[in-house]
Amino acid sequence: MASTIRVRATSNGDITEVQALIQHPMDSGFVKDAKGEIIPPHFIQRLTFEYDGKPVFIADWGTAVSKDPYVKFSFKGGKKGDEIKIGWIDNKGATDATSAKIQ
Amino acid sequence: MLSRNDFSATRRVILKGAGAVALIGLGNTALGGLPALAAANDKYPEDAFKQKSDADAIKALFGRAPEASDQVKLDAPEIAENGGVVPISVTTTLTEVTSIAFLVSENPNALAASYQIPAGTVPAVANRLKMAKTTNVIVVVEAGGKLYSATKEVKVTVGGCGG
Repeated sequence: MASTIRVRATSNGDITEVQALIQHPMDSGFVKDAKGEIIPPHFIQRLTFEYDGKPVFIADWGTAVSKDPYVKFSFKGGKKGDEIKIGWIDNKGATDATSAKIQ
Repeated sequence: MLSRNDFSATRRVILKGAGAVALIGLGNTALGGLPALAAANDKYPEDAFKQKSDADAIKALFGRAPEASDQVKLDAPEIAENGGVVPISVTTTLTEVTSIAFLVSENPNALAASYQIPAGTVPAVANRLKMAKTTNVIVVVEAGGKLYSATKEVKVTVGGCGG
């Protein structure tokens, strides 16, 4: 199955910039469907980025993060060719994880 | 002897505990390569995300109130045509930053996102948030154990929460 996570990590030799785009409905629980029934909340709660065995960025999300969420951050260090690991867990307990090479 | 009430209370506690364990267990297996997720002793701040007002959410998350700082630069559009996808980012010249939180004042639940910034990570985040209507976006930066904030009003043409 294709991953829900798309990541691009680029190093300028000093700092690694990470951009991630995730496929997820991020339903807030405030929106009704065509039949007028509330769509129950379904959203990513925690997204973790790890490099060299340590977390470099942890995102805790509520329902106000947009559908198919995007996030960008940077960390010092990170060598080209090294891997970063990314994983999320949502409020229903579903998870996905992937890794990406720093370019 | 246990009365009926005692029993149901106990049962509730046990169920809660079991749920939490199941959740952590799941994280562990599926994200085997991410021990930090399970090892992090700081849990998902469920309570802070449930608060309605920005002040209550900040209190639940940090335990105190921030002071406005011009060292926190909040970048958000003046007008957002689509409240469902509002690009918002923050940078700061503050040092020793440990976390950054984004709040939207008049959303049903004010807290939108909270980011942990480990040492060595640049204190700058860009993300996209939903906004129900024209209101203030607040960003709170925790640096050196103190809280700093920046606020900007974003005008929303079409809300992102009502559907």
